[in-house]
Amino acid sequence: MKIHWTAVYVLWRREMIRYVRAKSRIFGSLAMPVFFLAFLGLGFRRMPVPGMGGGAGYIGYLAPGIIGMTLLFSSSMQGMSVLWDKEFGFLKEIMVAPVSRVSLVLGRIAGGTTTSMLQGILIFGASLVMGFRFRGPAALAFGLVFMVLISFTFIGLGLVFASRMKDMQGFGIVMNFIIFPFFFLSGALTPLENFPWAIRALSYADPLTYGIDGLRGVLTGTSSLPVLVDLLVMAGFAVIMLFLGAYFFETSEGV
Amino acid sequence: MDAIRAAGLVKTFDGFTAVDRISFAVEEGELFGLLGPNGAGKTTTINMLATLLRPTSGSATVAGFDVARDRDAVRKSIGIVFQEPALDGRLTGRENLEFHTMMYGIGKAERRRRIDEVLALVELTDKAATVVDKYSGGMKRRLEIARGLTHRPKVLFLDEPTLGLDAQTRRHIWEYVRKLNKEAGVTIILTTHYMEEADFLCDRVAIMDHGAFAALDAPSRLKDILGGDVVSLELEGDTAAFLDSLGRLDWIRRSKLHDDVLSLTMERGERRIAELVVMAQQFGVTVNCVNLRKPSLEDVFLHFTGRTIREQEANQSERNRALMMGHMGRSR
Repeated sequence: MKIHWTAVYVLWRREMIRYVRAKSRIFGSLAMPVFFLAFLGLGFRRMPVPGMGGGAGYIGYLAPGIIGMTLLFSSSMQGMSVLWDKEFGFLKEIMVAPVSRVSLVLGRIAGGTTTSMLQGILIFGASLVMGFRFRGPAALAFGLVFMVLISFTFIGLGLVFASRMKDMQGFGIVMNFIIFPFFFLSGALTPLENFPWAIRALSYADPLTYGIDGLRGVLTGTSSLPVLVDLLVMAGFAVIMLFLGAYFFETSEGV
Repeated sequence: MDAIRAAGLVKTFDGFTAVDRISFAVEEGELFGLLGPNGAGKTTTINMLATLLRPTSGSATVAGFDVARDRDAVRKSIGIVFQEPALDGRLTGRENLEFHTMMYGIGKAERRRRIDEVLALVELTDKAATVVDKYSGGMKRRLEIARGLTHRPKVLFLDEPTLGLDAQTRRHIWEYVRKLNKEAGVTIILTTHYMEEADFLCDRVAIMDHGAFAALDAPSRLKDILGGDVVSLELEGDTAAFLDSLGRLDWIRRSKLHDDVLSLTMERGERRIAELVVMAQQFGVTVNCVNLRKPSLEDVFLHFTGRTIREQEANQSERNRALMMGHMGRSR
């Protein structure tokens, strides 16, 4: 299938223009992760976290989790922005254009990844203000790799849902019963080791678990699984979810 | 070559037949109208021709390309203005047009030129840098029509182009549509449930009801089927001899005297008025007032479907509601 790069670019550009113009949305979506960081970080300041060495404290454990959370929410939202376009009619304008459907999917992924990476990086900045310390530029570079993989995975998931939903009505259900469980199961706030085995088993089926663990591993040097395992599993999830998202989007009779 | 050729086109949604075996052809350069109440299947027909919906059965070609097999080629040849706004409200007018022209692969210099051109055509040049959310309904509509033109489509679909617009804006849009069709030679298919619109704009009109065509012809020919125009003359004086001689004219189909108003049914009434007035004078009858009433498409619609379009819509919305209850809100 032919890829129309101009179409990918113009879809990406549209997403950037919208992102920059919706200032209230940017602040709105950053508020929750910042509150999490501030209140949980302060509240559990003196709590020792098993396995976290080097006096990093709870903020060292929490910050990668909250970055992961930000990416989870903003990228699954981006994937589902197809539904917004459906609601406001713009989807028809996109669907009737003479470009391959693959180009449309790629354009969405490009735009969605960029905006959720921007959100993630802003939260990373906020966590530095809260006292989070990471291991240096190389660690940050590897961290960005994990962040991109998390974004890909959940944009793909968002596309899958958006392609099978008719309107925004099911949105709340998806958020409450799918996205939030992904967040809580991932060990973003609390070490997996504390969960009973049944819940832990579910955690290991959650892509975000590997994303956050890997991010924590490269940034702080402490992780519950080897970073290489996290990287491989996360990359696998990203590829599968992107493929599924593209497939579902292409086969939906979306107008 | 015909711009559009449809053969036995059918679309069903969960057992409900929205479009029921329609066949028709639209010539290149024609302005063709689909007239009917809401829910008659107009939009579904357009969506199938524009590759947004796959036909359940039957086939169609647009600009010579098959809508099921050659979707990209069809998409390249058409422009479409949807019934509901399909603009990105957070982008400016110009950005919406840029998005569109880039999607259609038009180069930078050409893009600029065409965007300026269509903005001028719809008189939105000085609003180009304003975010579309701040546009009025009429401005949005004009922008959408402009957008449908930027890539110079061979066939332009207009789905209810003036729905919900005020009379003045509607007039404006009619002018554009006409100009476009006559000067640029674009084949235009429009759907409408406004009789005046179909009458004013279309070369030929298909009357659509319950997913099928009830009639298809030029508006004037459709109206002729009803027996022609009604000429009313308000008379003064001794009318007996005049009426007597009128009775011998074979081109008068019906005549009726009510008080001092005489109503005559005939074809091409405008060509007979002078003759009638002269005759009246010869018989010493004064004509105080002449009125010519052309049958409207509304009358035609009534003739073919047995109901007025308004009654039809009332019924249709009841049926739709029943349908919605059946399987929650499957959109047509």
